Amino acid sequence: MRFFEYESRAIVAKAGIPMTKHGLAKTADEARRIAEQIAGPVVIKSQVLSGGRMKAGGVKFADTPDEAARHAEHILDLEIGGHMPRGVLVDSRAPVQHEYYAGVVWDGLRKRPVMLFSDMGGIDIEEVAEQHPDHVARRHFSTLRPFSDWQAKQLIASLGVSGSALNRLTPIVARLARLFLAYDMTLAEINPLGELEDGSFVALDAHMDMENEARPRQKALLHELGVGDEETRQAREPTPFELAGEQVDSQDHRGVAGNVTEFDGNLGLVIGAGGGSLTLFDAVRAHGGDPANYCEIGGNPSVRKACGLAKLVLQKPGVDKIAVMMSIVSNTRVDIVARGVIKACVELGYDPAEKIAIFRIPGAWEDEGFQILDRYGVEYADRSVSLHEAARRAVEKIQGPPAPAAV
Amino acid sequence: MPVLIDETTTFIVQGITGREAVNLTRECLDYGKGAKIVGGVTPGRLGRDVHGVPVFDTVAQAVEHHGSPIDGSVVTVPPSFTKDAVFEAIENGVKLVVIVTERIPRGDVAQMVELASERGVRIIGPNCLGIIVPDVVKMGGIGGPAKDAAKSYTPGPVGVISRSGGMTTEMSSTLTAAGLGQSTAVSIGGDAIIGSTYAELMPLFEADPETEAIVIYTEPGGRMEAELARWVTENKSRLPIVAFMAGRFMDEMPGMSFGHAGTIVEGKEDTASEKIARLAEAGIVVAGEIAEIPGIVRDRMGAAV
Repeated sequence: MRFFEYESRAIVAKAGIPMTKHGLAKTADEARRIAEQIAGPVVIKSQVLSGGRMKAGGVKFADTPDEAARHAEHILDLEIGGHMPRGVLVDSRAPVQHEYYAGVVWDGLRKRPVMLFSDMGGIDIEEVAEQHPDHVARRHFSTLRPFSDWQAKQLIASLGVSGSALNRLTPIVARLARLFLAYDMTLAEINPLGELEDGSFVALDAHMDMENEARPRQKALLHELGVGDEETRQAREPTPFELAGEQVDSQDHRGVAGNVTEFDGNLGLVIGAGGGSLTLFDAVRAHGGDPANYCEIGGNPSVRKACGLAKLVLQKPGVDKIAVMMSIVSNTRVDIVARGVIKACVELGYDPAEKIAIFRIPGAWEDEGFQILDRYGVEYADRSVSLHEAARRAVEKIQGPPAPAAV
Repeated sequence: MPVLIDETTTFIVQGITGREAVNLTRECLDYGKGAKIVGGVTPGRLGRDVHGVPVFDTVAQAVEHHGSPIDGSVVTVPPSFTKDAVFEAIENGVKLVVIVTERIPRGDVAQMVELASERGVRIIGPNCLGIIVPDVVKMGGIGGPAKDAAKSYTPGPVGVISRSGGMTTEMSSTLTAAGLGQSTAVSIGGDAIIGSTYAELMPLFEADPETEAIVIYTEPGGRMEAELARWVTENKSRLPIVAFMAGRFMDEMPGMSFGHAGTIVEGKEDTASEKIARLAEAGIVVAGEIAEIPGIVRDRMGAAV
């Protein structure tokens, strides 16, 4: 999950990394007040979870509090990448003499975190790494042993940085590495990390990403930052349909029947598991189908959950039929899913044989499941029918057979 | 000799009294020649038994009861306790740890993997279904109940490595239906950091005389397909590899994660189309559909002879 810049700055400050004087404003008046307190030139920055703020006009400079208020008023109304801002950050403009970059990410192949440091800050680090590889230093570090400052020092010194700059940068990078581990980040980045004219260093911007899996154990930090459980912080805001999917999944702890993503087609999908859903979604599209949604079933959900998910998809405007398909199941029971989706149809007043385009879930308890499907006249397939073939049949039922090639 | 495990492999189940672990234990005992599950561990449940397997409070008690080192452990404890359970297994001499648990933060996984590599221990997973040697033994929930696993898996020349547990069985079942059995199938897990990647398992399959080809299931996210492509090229592998790539639609939706935690695309090399190109450069055929895999495997095995 991504943090807004103002939250990232709070995390960086908590770790003891110095920062320019700043404040978050939700109105033009608040922006003016913060600018008055700063009592100097400021920069007004849109608080959106989207890159390219500068290009979109979401970053403006102001010399007076009145000018700050004017810019804030404009930026607060400016949509960037489909998002309205949470507010604006009013940041003092520091006299910077040089910009550095410091970041920490995971290296999935080495299976360790890696620190990145560059003396060319202010631009995208991937761009620097491509065009000026000799200006990027990297160093992996242990997650078992406590982080020791010399590791940061060695990283920075490897780019030829010495003198007081080295001694002032070392604790900043070391604190960044420690906060990366302590707060389960997947990205912790200070860019630019500014060297001021007096030789001191401050974080001029920060970007933090926390691992979703760590949210339960990072509750204290999230609470402190005011981030609610309902904020998914995916690349786009969840739709009401997707939030309803979350509710279906959270009604009990047995298995998964959720992870819903909304699309705008006419074929509702009740699919699983992780890899099966990815394969099936591709397969439906490869056969010219138009999915209404993506979702995942797995880990043996209750009848209630399977039913809830099927109902949600069936009731989505524009959905003509649903396809119930999974890769061969090991612990999810075929009969339980069959019961759930049939119950959903019946309770909504539909004929399951009509509404369920195909049921293709082979595996555990399949004989019991197929018996139930037989009783309701639902077309089903066992493992001899491939995922792609099942998807093709579902698409054909909803769109009719593919038109013969023109002669 | 199969890869990683055979009928002599002894193992324990950590978290054995949990609902899914009880099923998993039954399945492994019933499958093939019957797994040698020498104990289970759930703190506070010493003295119970699960399908005849004695339950202990600690791994040390299980080892003492067994009287000699135990080869492996299947870890099925909740995410917040997994790291501790894996550390306990490693420090008590277990050499192969299969981590079933999902939703473990990467920081914990990295610690487990780091300790494992210091102690010479192999980790499979997390977020995986384990390992199966058809008709011989399975370690984990892979394939489900013994009678279902027997429908999907048969002995033969194809090694299977997959980031999805369900798709390990789906692909093996397709191979079986086409008359191509499997030497060993490994569900390696769907997380961003896992104990054993394709490239790390390749040397084992390479050294296994029964394996003549490899089938892999891949997804967007991470660099392990690129790592495999590099390994194959550098080591001039004797084994033809056929890959299936799911989640191609994700290329149109940057920043979104689907299916498994590890599918989150964090760099431009992580996309489906980029990976397909990498694999193809290394001579790895990427099948468009699962049903095409057996035919391609046959062609490639023929070509390799």
